[in-house]
Amino acid sequence: MTPNDRRYTRDHEWILIEGNSARIGITDYAQDALGEIVYVELPAVGDSYAVGDSLAVVESVKAVSQIYTCVEGTVTEVNEALEEAPELLNSAAFDTCIAVLEIASVDESKLMSAQEYDAHVAAL
Amino acid sequence: MRSEYKLIFERSKAGRRGCDLPALDVPELCELVPEGMRAERRLNLPEIAEVDLVRHYTNLSRRNYGVDNGFYPLGSCTMKYNPKICEELPALFNGLHPLLDADMTQGALDMLYHLDQALCEITGMDKFTLQPAAGAHGEYTGLMIIRAYHELRQDAARTTIIVPDAAHGTNPASAAMAGFKIKEIKSAPDGSVDLDALRAAVGPDTAGLMLTNPSTLGLFETRISEIAQIVHEAGGLLYYDGANLNAIMGIVRPGDMGFDVMHVNLHKTFSTPHGGGGPGSGPVGVKAELIPYLPTPVIMACHGGRVTLDYNRPLSIGKVKSFFGNFSVMVKAYAYILSLGGRGLREASENAVLNANYVKEMLKDTYGLPYDRICMHECVLTPGELEQGGVRTLDIAKALIDRGYHPMTVYFPLIVHEAMMIEPTESESRETLDAFIAAMKDIAREAKEAPEALHAAPVTTPVGRPDEVTAARKPVVRYTADEDNR
Amino acid sequence: MRSYVPNTENERRELLEAIGLDSMEALFADIPQELRLKRELDLGAGMSEAEVRRVFEAYAANTRTGLPLFRGAGAYNHYIPAVIPHLLSRSEFYTAYTPYQAEMSQGMLQGIFEYQTLMCELTGLDVSNASVYDGATAAAEAMFMLRDAKRKRKVLVSAGLHPEVRLTMATYAHANGVELVEIPLTDACGTDMDALSANMEGAAGYICACPNFYGCIEDMNAVADKTHELGGLFVSYVNPISLGALKRPGDYGADIAVGDAQPLGMPLSFGGPYCGFMCATNKLMRNLPGRIVGQTRDADGGRVFVLTLQAREQHIRRDKASSNICSNQTLCALAAAMYLSAMGPEGMAEVAELNMQKARYLADGIARIPGATLRYPQASFFNEFVVDFAKDSSVVSAALKAKGYVGGLRLAYYDKEDGGMLFCATEQNFRSEIDGLILALEEVLR
Repeated sequence: MTPNDRRYTRDHEWILIEGNSARIGITDYAQDALGEIVYVELPAVGDSYAVGDSLAVVESVKAVSQIYTCVEGTVTEVNEALEEAPELLNSAAFDTCIAVLEIASVDESKLMSAQEYDAHVAAL
Repeated sequence: MRSEYKLIFERSKAGRRGCDLPALDVPELCELVPEGMRAERRLNLPEIAEVDLVRHYTNLSRRNYGVDNGFYPLGSCTMKYNPKICEELPALFNGLHPLLDADMTQGALDMLYHLDQALCEITGMDKFTLQPAAGAHGEYTGLMIIRAYHELRQDAARTTIIVPDAAHGTNPASAAMAGFKIKEIKSAPDGSVDLDALRAAVGPDTAGLMLTNPSTLGLFETRISEIAQIVHEAGGLLYYDGANLNAIMGIVRPGDMGFDVMHVNLHKTFSTPHGGGGPGSGPVGVKAELIPYLPTPVIMACHGGRVTLDYNRPLSIGKVKSFFGNFSVMVKAYAYILSLGGRGLREASENAVLNANYVKEMLKDTYGLPYDRICMHECVLTPGELEQGGVRTLDIAKALIDRGYHPMTVYFPLIVHEAMMIEPTESESRETLDAFIAAMKDIAREAKEAPEALHAAPVTTPVGRPDEVTAARKPVVRYTADEDNR
Repeated sequence: MRSYVPNTENERRELLEAIGLDSMEALFADIPQELRLKRELDLGAGMSEAEVRRVFEAYAANTRTGLPLFRGAGAYNHYIPAVIPHLLSRSEFYTAYTPYQAEMSQGMLQGIFEYQTLMCELTGLDVSNASVYDGATAAAEAMFMLRDAKRKRKVLVSAGLHPEVRLTMATYAHANGVELVEIPLTDACGTDMDALSANMEGAAGYICACPNFYGCIEDMNAVADKTHELGGLFVSYVNPISLGALKRPGDYGADIAVGDAQPLGMPLSFGGPYCGFMCATNKLMRNLPGRIVGQTRDADGGRVFVLTLQAREQHIRRDKASSNICSNQTLCALAAAMYLSAMGPEGMAEVAELNMQKARYLADGIARIPGATLRYPQASFFNEFVVDFAKDSSVVSAALKAKGYVGGLRLAYYDKEDGGMLFCATEQNFRSEIDGLILALEEVLR
């Protein structure tokens, strides 16, 4: 089930906005397409990103995926658990955020609802 | 068949030695190393008697597989036979220091000059640098030359290199390393460059196009002249990735197809051995207009037959490596070229293409063939309908190992789902090809009858399929005695 | 003409028939006629083995080797144990491709894993890659590691690095917008610490050589500490054979150690193939370029070696890869591993000591000759040192050659203004020839 509490991008990232902060992760479809995830390159707390920047990199044995941010802002928190256990993204993609950003601005045009995202995936 | 083999560290016994040295024959002085810079302790290196060292590596070699062991149809890698005469010759130059006065190295420089000339004749380019150590290093060098060319013309806007989606991964990686942006264009349904996509991609930002011809699908770009025209008219240059040169020697030359810069892989086309991953050699050839940008030094012939190294080249991109490149590799390649001569090189290409087409035709009813046309020196197959039974390319590759063959290149090019890229080379006899074809058919039979057996392959090897996920999640990249290394 | 194609004319016809074509020409139908080469390549008729051998013997005869050699400068004449060329000629090693298929490449994979372990021990660092092209490209790749790890584009480099290394780094830096700032040497041939401090602002780190191009050993502890204190990463460019006697980069806090492994069992071969090595701390493991072999298990729990961390590499990450390197110098890395294993701890200590003692003996002998002075008399050196002469170095060099000696490298080769010569002595230089060289120099300078 694709959670209804958040928004999605065409590149299979989810973004959960709570007040002024945005939690960012990858969708179940993304983790399944990548296969067993072996490493997550996390951003540094305090670094600033513009919309479209590569925020993190997720690696499986044979593939690699850049996580682009649809939010402009500053990283306030990263999920350090992923350093030791990148497989969390496989087992619980929607419960495992990669980083939290303090929002400066959001590019709404790039975001979809859960329903829209499901339709997007179904059409792939 | 499963067996582990001890690491050299696990064979170490204190006090043993594998080599001795002459005694000190000059008066010994103390304290030659300043206080804080002395080694803190003896190095913890293995202590091994010579006989045990020899057995260790001899037995390691028996856990490895080369062209001398058998058929090695690794696509895009041109695993042809490596003639033994070529292996013997580099030793003639073992003691030659690279920084001797030119009058002491004339023979070596002369050889390099003649190799340069021979490569020009084979490729239709005007001058080569022999400095790059590998194909990717050649790509990087060639792209730096393209960059320097545009820079000198004050055309700083040319920051984009166009790369087809079927290209080797080194192409975009090299372009990025040379400071370019990459624009990837999709291939047409027949596997060739989509001319409309190319027309749409070129513009005032185009620095060049990187192309492999024949392509990584083993297909010749029949409209190469139009491609060259589109790129040139847009102000870009054409880069030729020489990975597939083995298909066309003596038949058509990159220089005559409109390419401006190229590299050749001496360790593919010119039969120098791959060494288990190097050393290779990736000379870069250019058209006359680009000669000023070649790395320094450039090897020049003077009147009277003397060969010199020209360092005084103000437009040069500079050096890409120490000294003059992987010299021994060049010795082997030039020996190969001299052995075959003009007709022999053409014969090599003809037979490479013949063998690839034979394998393709004999297997196309058993496996999927995404592009059913005459191929060049390699062909791309897929598992085809076997995939419905759950058998994937990886299973087929591993099953080949159990039948005594090195697998083909798998999962490349990326644009073909479950690709299997087979390059037999001209080195293989009909018997070898027939036996391989029979093995491939046998695998297809097994894939239908007992697919689960294929998932377990290989079973004849010292080790089974490695757990690559754990290797990457918890990297163990060196031996430490206290860890669980058994 | 020698053909390595086994199929006979008849068999080729049969193969053509089997695929339904009537001529070789038909195989090339896709290649437009107007592009074809309509003549034979002008490369002669092809030669027999005997003829090829004679051609290369003639090339070799037109070179001069075998003279007592007192030249190093990045290419060193060390003894190569006989086991190394023998074992490298095992064709299961040298005719193999990169070990992508782990199950049938365990020999090479284990060999590289052992190489990585040996290089880690030699440099005192945590991880090693499987090699890059040479020392110069290793230094260039280290420059990118600094840039990526620190996300800063400025990198400091010592003027004591080999000129070819600095030139190569400059080429690589140019295209990537890396600003390379050269830190000069002091009169004592060490890092100018004031210049280092003054330039460190905004820099990712400092790359420094030991021994440096002029042979000198500087206090790397102080340089490493200063670099760290100013927030940079420290890269040490080392001669691997010196580490039998000198403190290891990891022991003075280097974050990365690079260099050329040629002294470890590779012949001079007119400049290549040699072998670039790169070692780093665990923290920088994923910034290392090129191949890395790791240990894992198969389904039965057996120990298996495999190429790992491949998602960093070009075939997966394409334009986002940490480097474009694909082929490296694996067989040379294997030679280095064999060398270190053959030498063992005692052998490495002895060979380093022999080099220092012989170079010192030579330097002391030259220093006593009127008209010859050591440029850095106070500095410690490993197996090389700079001498300045009262006469023009070209005259000295030519006169030595006439007496049958290859003297030091004229530094004018890299810097026209520099009248010095860089001498080298290794365990290969016996006392008789060292004494001979000193005598010859005396006569030349008289």
